[in-house]
Amino acid sequence: MLGQFLSHPPVELGPIGPELVLAGAGVLVLLGGALVRRRQPRALLLASLAGLTGAAVVSVSLWRWRGHATVLGGMVQADRFAVVARLILLGVAALALVLGHHYFERLGEERPEFYPLVLFTTLGMTLITAAADLILVFLALEILSLSLYVLTALSRRLAAVEGSMKYFLLGAFSSAFFLYGVAMAYGATGSTHLSTIARSLAGQTGNQALALAAVALLVIGFGFKVAAVPFHMWTPDVYQGAPTAVTAYMSAATKVAAFAAFLRVLMTSFQPLTWDWTPIVWGLAVATMIVGSVLAIAQTDIKRMLAYSSIAHAGFVLVGVSAATQEGIQSALFYLLAYAATILGAFGVVMLASGRGEEHTSLGSYAGLCRRSPLLAGLMSLFLLSMAGIPPTAGFIAKVNVFRAAVDAGHWGVALVGVLASVVAAFFYIRVMVLMYMQEPLEDVEPDPSIVPRLAVAVPALLTLLFGVFPGLVLGLLERASVLRW
Amino acid sequence: MIRLPLVLFFSAVLFSAGVYGVLARRNAVLVLMSIELMLNAVNVNLIAFSQALHDLTGQAFALFVIAVAAAEVGIGLAIVILIYRNRETINIDEVNLLKW
Repeated sequence: MLGQFLSHPPVELGPIGPELVLAGAGVLVLLGGALVRRRQPRALLLASLAGLTGAAVVSVSLWRWRGHATVLGGMVQADRFAVVARLILLGVAALALVLGHHYFERLGEERPEFYPLVLFTTLGMTLITAAADLILVFLALEILSLSLYVLTALSRRLAAVEGSMKYFLLGAFSSAFFLYGVAMAYGATGSTHLSTIARSLAGQTGNQALALAAVALLVIGFGFKVAAVPFHMWTPDVYQGAPTAVTAYMSAATKVAAFAAFLRVLMTSFQPLTWDWTPIVWGLAVATMIVGSVLAIAQTDIKRMLAYSSIAHAGFVLVGVSAATQEGIQSALFYLLAYAATILGAFGVVMLASGRGEEHTSLGSYAGLCRRSPLLAGLMSLFLLSMAGIPPTAGFIAKVNVFRAAVDAGHWGVALVGVLASVVAAFFYIRVMVLMYMQEPLEDVEPDPSIVPRLAVAVPALLTLLFGVFPGLVLGLLERASVLRW
Repeated sequence: MIRLPLVLFFSAVLFSAGVYGVLARRNAVLVLMSIELMLNAVNVNLIAFSQALHDLTGQAFALFVIAVAAAEVGIGLAIVILIYRNRETINIDEVNLLKW
């Protein structure tokens, strides 16, 4: 009798296991930071890392998930694409926590809220990669954005607060566009489930005009999050203003998460409209690659230069997205993996090389870095080479893959622009290397001598080399992960 | 019974007013209010569709949007206060430490 009243659909919590672990760890660390009188940042760090490890273990176990494809009323997708994206995000978060711990410790600032905020941001990011419903995509997007606004402001410097305000205003503005797109998609097809939208559009039962408006608005929303031109204006300010450890985290992780959701939404629910959205993505890719690469040349601050470089990289990933094939998804995933490792490492080196706080981030202070710290200069060169796409680094393989996917899909024009943009981009990467190796030091900046953050930077460096020399190690996995079903 | 296109037109006007406010206003709090206007325009849209389609998803989504908007205002005002403490102004044209 009672069961009749309390009947509910079967609840399968397996596919959101990683998010549950992250939420639990986040709440525990938050309470720990607030309640324990003698705060131990190291204990908070270890607890957070344990949470991330637990989430990673649960994610890996989902690789062989045999239950329903979507669970919780069609809200969450349990596929391998989500597993791979989650693992990248969790790895980035773990390294960023180590870097951030060191950053605030060296600065002498007590920031117990840093750890739970990173965990909650990661929760939003991993959730968005698995979201199978536009409602959940929006909610996860907000979870990650709201936490990132606070993380950006986590510093006494004025630039951080200013960057945070710009990020917040533009981010909320773009969320509204995204939401309008969701409403349009709902009106066009009568559902917010990605697969139901796809079926409705494929069967021509939906309202095509509203659906096209929805695609355009959703592309604007995602364009802001991945920092695609012309929606990139916030990126340099925020990346420069935020504490360097936070910049390292968000430059790597936000792009992975936003692109994962972007891929899923475009390739599942709007797959019947592929011919309509490909030219939009195509145009975004071309504009992003050119503007990002050209404006990076004019920069005099290393964080700003890397920000523009990360904009250009969004363009290269968009080349893979515009292919709209399984090969395109695979190449975009590999590019994101290579990019995440590279940019995280590069900002990590910037954090270590720029002295305490953010005093020395101008390009000039990198002159003669190899005298002061050969290790940091070497790591930085490796990351810069990978960003420029020079073998034997992961960046080279990644660029080759996205261009091949685009050419195979018949978009050789966008691939051509991509090659030209990477030639332009090589200039400012190599300029930093010339500064580091061939000039006398101008300022007397002592790089940070600590070992642990160096290890945290060495890990992405190793991965960059490993995936550059043996890309086959992950390409097979990524190929199996790049099937998006609807 | 109000006809659906009429409501959609109303919500589009409301949304555009919000966009105009974000682009034209220089006071951070007013920009924040304009963003709220945009979110509420979307809510009107969702509820209109929900009514026209005889489907409850839209109304449930509108509740989520209201909750998210409240959280967003919380964070937004906190950031504005932080800016005001530092600069004694919340005019977004005067907050220009970072450029190019």
